[in-house]
Amino acid sequence: MTLAPAITNIEELKAHPALARLLEWNPAVPQSVKFDRDELTIWVQKETIREVCAILRDSPDCPFNYLADLTCVDWYPSEPRFEVVYHLLSIPTKERVRLKARLDGSSPVIESVTSVWPSANFYEREVFDLFGVRFTGHPNLQRIMMPDDWEGHPLRKDYPVEGYR
Amino acid sequence: MTQFPTAVDDQATGQSPDQRMDRSIDSTMVLNMGPQHPSTHGVLRLVLEIDGETIVRMKPEIGYLHTGIEKTCEAKFYQQVVPLTDRIDYLCPMTNNLAYCLAVEKLLGLEIPPKAQWMRVLMNELTRINSHLVWLGTHAMDLGAMTVFLYCFREREDVLRFFEMVSGQRMMTSYFRIGGLALEPPLGFFEKVKKFADRFPGNVDEYENLLTGNPIFMMRTKGVAHLSAEDAIAMGACGPTLRGSGIDIDLRRDAPYSGYENFNFKVPVRTEGDVFARYLCRVAELRESIGMVQQALAGMPEGPVKADAPKVVLPDREKMKTQMEALIYHFKIITEGFAVPAGEVYQAIESPRGEMGYYVVSDGTAKPYRVHMRGPSYANLQTLSKMCEGQLIADVVAAIGSIDVVLGDIDR
Repeated sequence: MTLAPAITNIEELKAHPALARLLEWNPAVPQSVKFDRDELTIWVQKETIREVCAILRDSPDCPFNYLADLTCVDWYPSEPRFEVVYHLLSIPTKERVRLKARLDGSSPVIESVTSVWPSANFYEREVFDLFGVRFTGHPNLQRIMMPDDWEGHPLRKDYPVEGYR
Repeated sequence: MTQFPTAVDDQATGQSPDQRMDRSIDSTMVLNMGPQHPSTHGVLRLVLEIDGETIVRMKPEIGYLHTGIEKTCEAKFYQQVVPLTDRIDYLCPMTNNLAYCLAVEKLLGLEIPPKAQWMRVLMNELTRINSHLVWLGTHAMDLGAMTVFLYCFREREDVLRFFEMVSGQRMMTSYFRIGGLALEPPLGFFEKVKKFADRFPGNVDEYENLLTGNPIFMMRTKGVAHLSAEDAIAMGACGPTLRGSGIDIDLRRDAPYSGYENFNFKVPVRTEGDVFARYLCRVAELRESIGMVQQALAGMPEGPVKADAPKVVLPDREKMKTQMEALIYHFKIITEGFAVPAGEVYQAIESPRGEMGYYVVSDGTAKPYRVHMRGPSYANLQTLSKMCEGQLIADVVAAIGSIDVVLGDIDR
């Protein structure tokens, strides 16, 4: 059981098409990067997430045109509490990249990417329902899994596993 | 630059399509289909806004089967999550097991012995056959062909018997474990699978004789529920739904896992993008899968079926009774689990319905910090509105069948 150490130096990872495209567009956008277990993660500022997604989708050499997954991780009690995670796939080149945006626990709000990929609709509703993260510009931000009158967001770490009784 | 159609507000009214659905409109009627409707394959509820027989808008309502599996996973040890994964997509339990095990093995950096990898491929392709048979049977029955259903379930029974042979269970198998397989396959297992694999292509011919050239079936499926390639990508379709729209992608070939790079198979792609194209893709996949089962049987390597990692893999019962270390490791794994190095992994595999992804985050303890399942049915369900708007109510049944939804996978 040997694991290669993670690479976090942005210079060493420049060759990856997603990172190369983002650096070309705006070198200040990738806040930090990590290459671990053959997967590249790029942290971006939450304000830029929709633009970043649009830039990557329309990248000429390696278009990340498919939103494979969108979810969230709750790092309660540390701050910034939430990490919204985007898994992108490039159908022509089969490259993958993971984007992350950090959100504060007090008012977790991020721009919706439904205008980039309509498929984000259900995923963002699920994250809203189970984590309480709001997506601005979403066409129909309502609960999807839980009943409409449910209180609380079950996948938050401060929500008990057995529920409130 | 591709211009994707967007799900944004209607310019004229300033209302989203979903909001418009919620109020009654004079000339149209809102019809509720499901959740207890036999052709919705589970508890899917569709709110249809209809103008006569034509669908103006459709809104899927889900969540009836939500059991909070993702939350439950966070309270279990890594090895205790495996049986939960069976219950997500109950038509392909082994595919779920595999995706989860591969993700955790990648976090651990575990090497899996070749025999376990080949067995995983063999069982996965049998699972694909099992799942496609249920799909074909129910899809044909929705469209009025009863005989195909009976034929398909006859063969499915054989596959379920194989599952029972290796794992003792017909559906909730939990046969793949972190680090390999639960058990060696029993004596006589390969001979029985071989017999089935020799006979099965003839059975597929039988189904195709009943359906592929059948004028009624073609009228119900050809040109129905059309989905263009651009829409398919934008709406997040995957698997046979995406391949039926002309996108050539299959993770078994494009991002091989568990030794799939050793197998020869074709990826069936159709460009028509209608229900019939998706039907042809899946039937062709049945033939490719049985080809892979034959290859797996012919090339099955010898050796152990569990990785050599005593801290992760449970020891054999025999060793436990004779060796002190084995007993200690067994006790430790059962009572306190095993720590997984901190990190995160997104492992995507090709399930019968498309890309099934497991996103596992570890914080270095014995319980997963977060497990997220990216279900292929969840992604495919979003395309349903696009397919059905402007079509007839009767075609909704054909469209649901053609994307092969499993509600357990959607609601989790």
